[in-house]
Amino acid sequence: MWKRIFGAKRIVALAAVLLIVAACESTSDDSAATVGDGDATETSSAQTSDSSGGGGEVEVASVDPSAPIPGTQEDLVQNVGDRVFFNYDSAVLTPEGRRTLERQAEWLRLFPEHSIMIEGHADERGTREYNLALGERRATAARDYLIAFGMDSSRLNTTSYGKERPYALGHNEESWSLNRRSVTVVN
Amino acid sequence: MICETGSEPRKAAYDRRGGPLRTTLWLLALTFAIVVPLVSAQADLRVDITRGQVEPMPVAISDLYGESDDAAKFGRRISEVVARNLERSGLFRPIDQRAFIQRPEAMLSGPRFADWRQINAQALVTGRVRIMAGDKLEVEFRLWDIFAEQHLVGLRLGSASSQWRRIAHKVTDAIYERLTGEVGYFDTRIVYIAETGPLDARIKRLAIMDQDGENLRFLSDGKQLVLTPRFSPTAQEITYLSYENGIPRVVLRRIDSGQQEVLGNFPGMTFAPRFSPDGNSVVLTYAADGNSDLFEMDLRSHKVRRLTDNGAIDTAPSYSPDGQQIVFESDRSGEQQIYVMDRQGSKARRITFGKGRYGTPVWSPRGDLIAFTKSYRGRFSIGVIKPEGTGERILSQDFLVEGPTWAPNGRVLMFFRQTERNPDSSELVTVDITGHHEMILFTTTAASDPAWSPLIP
Repeated sequence: MWKRIFGAKRIVALAAVLLIVAACESTSDDSAATVGDGDATETSSAQTSDSSGGGGEVEVASVDPSAPIPGTQEDLVQNVGDRVFFNYDSAVLTPEGRRTLERQAEWLRLFPEHSIMIEGHADERGTREYNLALGERRATAARDYLIAFGMDSSRLNTTSYGKERPYALGHNEESWSLNRRSVTVVN
Repeated sequence: MICETGSEPRKAAYDRRGGPLRTTLWLLALTFAIVVPLVSAQADLRVDITRGQVEPMPVAISDLYGESDDAAKFGRRISEVVARNLERSGLFRPIDQRAFIQRPEAMLSGPRFADWRQINAQALVTGRVRIMAGDKLEVEFRLWDIFAEQHLVGLRLGSASSQWRRIAHKVTDAIYERLTGEVGYFDTRIVYIAETGPLDARIKRLAIMDQDGENLRFLSDGKQLVLTPRFSPTAQEITYLSYENGIPRVVLRRIDSGQQEVLGNFPGMTFAPRFSPDGNSVVLTYAADGNSDLFEMDLRSHKVRRLTDNGAIDTAPSYSPDGQQIVFESDRSGEQQIYVMDRQGSKARRITFGKGRYGTPVWSPRGDLIAFTKSYRGRFSIGVIKPEGTGERILSQDFLVEGPTWAPNGRVLMFFRQTERNPDSSELVTVDITGHHEMILFTTTAASDPAWSPLIP
């Protein structure tokens, strides 16, 4: 019973650690993460020189004005992925969801000053209060995975919106599958 | 005499009329096992509400007489509200006033029963309104049995003239009680969530209105997401869920003053609150670390007591009317089902075993039934079941129906509905506990999470 042991953080953490090996092996095919890191480093170095102000020449590097500012929510959304998806009535992370969270952990390491809120969401096919509880379970699943990847738990908060904030507005499985999610939000 | 019209229960009718009726909103009706008392001295005019569908009793509701134009105006309005209340119950059919032979002023000395028999009225409502010093109304009404030529009940009520609707509701309660043998439910209010804006940025506001949809008032401005309001037993407070800094918290609020507080020092999210029948406690769900459990908070000492402790989702608690038990939903079996336990949190036993998921249990104020939301194969339904777990009956079904709440007499349920045709919106619906007289309660915006108040003290 996944559900039943889910609250037992130790087991989740253990499982997560076991998965790190597999995750590391798979980073090479994970282009989004690589691109994300690259972008972030590049642009942040441009920023530092900008603000150095130590006298002398000002180095100017061209920055794509449409690229998101590193460390922002837009950066997370575009270059890392801010959300993971769940199966119906489930708070079990999928392999894809774990990969996204691993990328998030990498990204968050670059911005140690950020604290984040993880929002759990559910599709509209459940009752209001059950969905609030289910959303909380999903947010916690994402949080625990990030903790297992070395994130400081004091940086991570969770909340649940149940079925109150759908992302996709259709009333069909296609929309529902996009709404069963946890979303990482930079404070 | 007993109004007893043989009739087959017809299928749960979707009484969704358009037109003027609908715009004045619609309540429900009832049925059940009453111990017919008062068969004492003589045969008694009575609506038998133990049957699924009875032919509504024809009643004549005369305008209450008023000597001045102002008084007559109040008399007319009060009669209109009474007629609408009675009609919405599904148990009565007000006779068109144009058929009336005897005028209100002529009835000060009593009805001419033959005039009312001629238009087939079984019961007659008469009365008078006086405007007193200080903008006060004094209203006297009488209910008559036309065939027995008998006075059944009379009341005198006084209030500020601004409260004339409450007078009309109290008159309706007296009539309903005398003719059905059941306590009325017309002098009550509904608190609910008024919804506006797009689905992904829905604005939700606390709203309160009379049971018939009148006197609408908003209690919040929509800046914070609010959900699931519920009344205290005095109807003076509500408890609900409000997002404070992005975290759901149970809030307690006095309706009149607007004074409010977040309940308890829980480090995480709290939701699904409900008052105990004595009003001294609130039971709620606290969720942390992926686990939702039930807690009870004493409102006087603010002491918090844990009621359940396991890794499952335990939520949606509701007290039995005697306060000794709590019904709630849990997925401890692997899916959402309904359980009853004692108030201390022990001896939990599962009561739903049908196909599908069961949630949002609410104990009837009469104690005899528990209403629930069920979902099975992509459809939702509202049903009732006995606390022992027998006698499950489904009352309504649709794309989404959810969150039943009881009228204080335990004969009518209200819930909210998203239909297949219009799943983007939701509406309030009432149905009697036999599944008859399903009606939409008109609201000015989309509406959800209704809670029915007790009778207003």
